[in-house]
Amino acid sequence: MKSKSLVSITDFTKDDYLRILEKAAEFEKKSYQNLLDSKVIATLFFEPSTRTRLSFESAINRLGGRVIGFNDSSTSSVSKGETLYDTIRVVSNYSELIVMRHPLEGSARFASEITNIPIINAGDGANQHPTQTLLDLYSIQKTQGKLDNLNIFMVGDLKYGRTVHSLLMALSEFNATFYFISPDELRMPEEYKLYLDKIGLKYHESKEFKPNIIEADIIYMTRVQKERFSDPIEYERTKNAYVLKNEMIEDSKPGMKVLHPLPRVNEIHPDVDANAKAYYFQQTENGVYVRQAIISLILGLV
Amino acid sequence: MKDKILEVSAIKDGTVIDHIPADSLFKVISILRLEDKDGMITFGTNLESKKLNKKAIIKLSGVFFKDNDINRISLVAPEAKLNIIRDYDVVEKKIVEVPDEIVGIVKCMNPMCITNHEKIVTKFQVIDKKKIHLRCHYCEKITDKEHMEIR
Repeated sequence: MKSKSLVSITDFTKDDYLRILEKAAEFEKKSYQNLLDSKVIATLFFEPSTRTRLSFESAINRLGGRVIGFNDSSTSSVSKGETLYDTIRVVSNYSELIVMRHPLEGSARFASEITNIPIINAGDGANQHPTQTLLDLYSIQKTQGKLDNLNIFMVGDLKYGRTVHSLLMALSEFNATFYFISPDELRMPEEYKLYLDKIGLKYHESKEFKPNIIEADIIYMTRVQKERFSDPIEYERTKNAYVLKNEMIEDSKPGMKVLHPLPRVNEIHPDVDANAKAYYFQQTENGVYVRQAIISLILGLV
Repeated sequence: MKDKILEVSAIKDGTVIDHIPADSLFKVISILRLEDKDGMITFGTNLESKKLNKKAIIKLSGVFFKDNDINRISLVAPEAKLNIIRDYDVVEKKIVEVPDEIVGIVKCMNPMCITNHEKIVTKFQVIDKKKIHLRCHYCEKITDKEHMEIR
């Protein structure tokens, strides 16, 4: 691994990604392996999260590790005004590795610089959530049999969605072609388009995805949140255009899969759940194997 | 140029920083931490300048800067010129350069950045030296010249 901690997806190289995916596939075959051998791992969730925390804790437990931590900073000394610096310094003495989620951006980078034990970023505000990106990559590889040369549709809030930005950066290593489908207000930021131009990757931008849907290998859905719109009327006008329904994916390739980082609110109609192309629940299962791989590689156990 | 400098008040040995935009003078003073310097310091501001309209100048007696230190002012005074004075003569002229990395000085414009909540020295990568676009090492957001606040 290029870096001891995993703070941002760009901390790892393409080779690192592939190594993680390879190990994740091994954990999928045999998930319960006592590699941690009762070692203590801290999960510090300064803002509550259910899915991500349980996924990490499931991964740690399957590896035979023990978990300490909190899931809400109001029950920790943070509520007494302790700085992040102090919390990290202290918990570093109690555990082999810290998994942390924090509402402030850059908090995980800062934490990784003030401790000798590895930090895994489980989300720092709107900034990075690299383990999500790696489980997305794993899900894409598993369903498509490859990562190279795929057509990736990103739908919904492409402006603020950190998952699509990180996934774009990761997939740009694999010659993807991107289709950005979003309302005008939530378009993919210029800096990412400039980056794709610079490295010579193709992308298409559109407000609707029906015409191109036949091209899609992956549809990556995101939540369009009301509070992102400056004009509430604009939200009412556009909200239904980005709700995925069965008829919208009728013409897509048989092997096409729909992914979503979850939680979903209403952006995928429940009818789609029974569609063989829906993959978002299996995607969460993959998250456990990928996190097992990341933890054991970072700690040098495999 | 030399005459003009001598007009304000001649220094024997030291540094003259010229072509500072008048409205950046106090930022430059703060960035260079001139309040901690012992030598005699004089400055003039709102001086006529063809290039800058109104400019400021700082003369520091017995003070010499390392390139790394002086380049920090490039964020607010990109056209600044330095004259190094030895025995009343200008022995060297320097222009400031925008460095690749800015440590301290600038406040990250992202209110949700950890650096605005804990005692942390800010750190930025300069991703566009002309437009002065700084990427925060911590939150990875861009602070541009327009929103740049000197700490």
